[in-house]
Amino acid sequence: MTLSGFIVRNTFRNKRRSVLTLISISFSLLLLTLMISIWRSFYVDQVAPEAARRLIIRDRVSLAFFLPAYYRDKIRSIPGVVAVAPITWFGGRYIDDRPAHFFAQLATDPDEYLKVASDKIVPPDQLKAWQQDRAGALVDVTLANKYGWKIGDRITLQGTIFEVNPELTIRAIYHRDPPQNALYFNTKYLEEAVPWFKGQAGWYSVQIGSSGDVARVSGEIDDMFRNSPLQTKTESEKAFQLGFVASLGNVKAFILGICGAVVFTIMLVSANTMAMSVRSRTREVAVLKTIGFTRQRVLSIFVSESVALAVAGGVLGILVAIPVIWWLTRSFIALGVPLAMKVNWQTAGLSLLVALTLGLVSGYLPAFNASRMNIVEGLRHIG
Amino acid sequence: MAIPISYNIRNLKLRKGLTIMTALGIALTVTTAIFLMALLAGLQRAFVSSGNPNNVLVLRKGSEAELSGGFDASLFPTLTTLPGIAKDSHGQPMASGELVVVIILPRKDGTGEVNVTVRGMMPDGLEMRPSAKLVEGRWFQTGQREVVVSKSIRDRFSHANIGDTMEFGKGSWKVVGVFDAGGSAYESEVWGDVNQMASDFDRQGGYSSAYVRATDPVAAEALTNRVSDDQRLKLEGVLETAYYAKQTSSGAPIKYIGIVVAIIMAIGSSFAAMNTMYAAVAYRGREIATLRVIGFSRPAILTSFVLESLLLALLGAAAGILLMLPFNGMETGTSNAVTFSEVVFALRITPEVAGAAIVFALIMGLVGGFAPAWHAARQNILNALRG
Repeated sequence: MTLSGFIVRNTFRNKRRSVLTLISISFSLLLLTLMISIWRSFYVDQVAPEAARRLIIRDRVSLAFFLPAYYRDKIRSIPGVVAVAPITWFGGRYIDDRPAHFFAQLATDPDEYLKVASDKIVPPDQLKAWQQDRAGALVDVTLANKYGWKIGDRITLQGTIFEVNPELTIRAIYHRDPPQNALYFNTKYLEEAVPWFKGQAGWYSVQIGSSGDVARVSGEIDDMFRNSPLQTKTESEKAFQLGFVASLGNVKAFILGICGAVVFTIMLVSANTMAMSVRSRTREVAVLKTIGFTRQRVLSIFVSESVALAVAGGVLGILVAIPVIWWLTRSFIALGVPLAMKVNWQTAGLSLLVALTLGLVSGYLPAFNASRMNIVEGLRHIG
Repeated sequence: MAIPISYNIRNLKLRKGLTIMTALGIALTVTTAIFLMALLAGLQRAFVSSGNPNNVLVLRKGSEAELSGGFDASLFPTLTTLPGIAKDSHGQPMASGELVVVIILPRKDGTGEVNVTVRGMMPDGLEMRPSAKLVEGRWFQTGQREVVVSKSIRDRFSHANIGDTMEFGKGSWKVVGVFDAGGSAYESEVWGDVNQMASDFDRQGGYSSAYVRATDPVAAEALTNRVSDDQRLKLEGVLETAYYAKQTSSGAPIKYIGIVVAIIMAIGSSFAAMNTMYAAVAYRGREIATLRVIGFSRPAILTSFVLESLLLALLGAAAGILLMLPFNGMETGTSNAVTFSEVVFALRITPEVAGAAIVFALIMGLVGGFAPAWHAARQNILNALRG
């Protein structure tokens, strides 16, 4: 029997213990993978090139303030700007105000909106129908599926910020990866129904022609409105979305805290298992040493077992993380944060590395004790 | 007959290392759960304690928040003539037209900018909020560009000490006082004179909201209806307490993330506890058989081992609570879902939170302990004795 075969056999000798440890470690690793993925999507991942050329212009103070409509043409006049679309958070209710029925409702200009949201794919005939119907709506395909909406269906939203209950007809359905659970309708409908809102917009989404222009245009826009009554804040689309995340609190510390707790838990679980394993094999270790296994050998056998268990748990955890993260990206949207999370090789590699290191560290002490065992006492030990 | 609990305690003591490590594993999970529950408890308190049961908040019809509201100032005198409004110290109806705006302030520690709510109010506004106590300086004066800030605003933002000037609106404002709002949502606000603010934010002739005070909570209920039913006003009254209670929904994202994290960690810890208990059962095979021989029934053995697992979990819960106690009262902020501005609140490890943590740990202990205990009780006596 080879040494590796010996280790594998021993790792799964007490099947129940190994399986329980495996499951325990895999759940911790699942959480760790989740946290790393969230961290990556917030702070590491680069957005798609056309998204990187998209800027959001909003009131410097708060999203609760609207920008004047004439800002749109002033922004359009800046060289490098390809398209500008006004967007307003309608924030209404559909059916009732339970969180399960919450989705983003936005008012925009159908003629220009898709030029600043090129990641949304809409069939041309549907787009045309939406542009021609002032009371038309464009909805995400997952949202449409959730409520069973079809083209031509009529729905009514209840306004909370705006005192109007828009009666809309679904005219177009868009696809986007990941889905975004949003509904768009014509801002003119809103302006006509709500007199005080006329000539205003929540924020502007701007598409820039080339990536080299982004920084310059961004600065020029804010400079242009510096002395206006309503100053603007221009930021990338991603920074705009991260602003919502940051407002939840100290997210970085939160993620790191959970990661710390997880790592420590894995260490405890894995060390615990190895301690139990060594203890139940006291007599066996003595026999191994009697037939000539060196101290290092015994040490390496036990450490390998611990590492094998931790890595196996890690693999399992990562495999479970893939569907969980898929599901989360689709439900996190409800929080207004469109995350594009995926378990990629780097994330998986990092999680496995953590598992491996922890297996090594946590297995060492029990293994060390085993290797130092007195042969005579070990043989006498009653398990 | 039941096996005495001291038997279990002795067994846990006997294998100290194993007990401590398993309990620590449970403790870490409990810590995470406590942290999240304490956040939510603090947030809840911030909103629940904000409202005064005698106060009625008046908004434009259909509007759900002060920030998105707004009505003509000419309605205010009519509003104050409604019957059922208490008298202020000058014998006038106690009412305050208010202006609520959001401004950006830089954090003191340089970690970015935060939205802060600024409230302009009439002199009665202060009288209607007796829970806000002045701790330093004095209140702002009508007609002056003066503001008072809450204690936590002073601590979290630069240029917010008495004598400093804050820059917002169309110019600078002098900080003349600091108030303590007792952990309520007002703890995140800056207050000043409504007319001064209105001119700075180009909102002359309008109010975001108005507050009127009834003599008692029952009268407040009636006043709420009277405001909503008055055809001249087209306004809507809500009890201040109800208005703030609704804003606790701001904690929803924390709650959802927290539940996912806590469940995943709890499953992991339950399996670890199960492992420990299985080991305990395996080591004591002969002992359990002996107990059976001398007359302890299967249910007694089952109960004993489940109890041992629960004890282990309780130990973990105690360790978890102890580990988290230093964080009690730590201040943090989150975004208010209604106003888009920051709400400052303190982590609160209330008895309910501690109780929930213990229950949470006990569930982990029960899940982890039942299968091994069942196993122990079902063991074949003869085989086990031969061991």
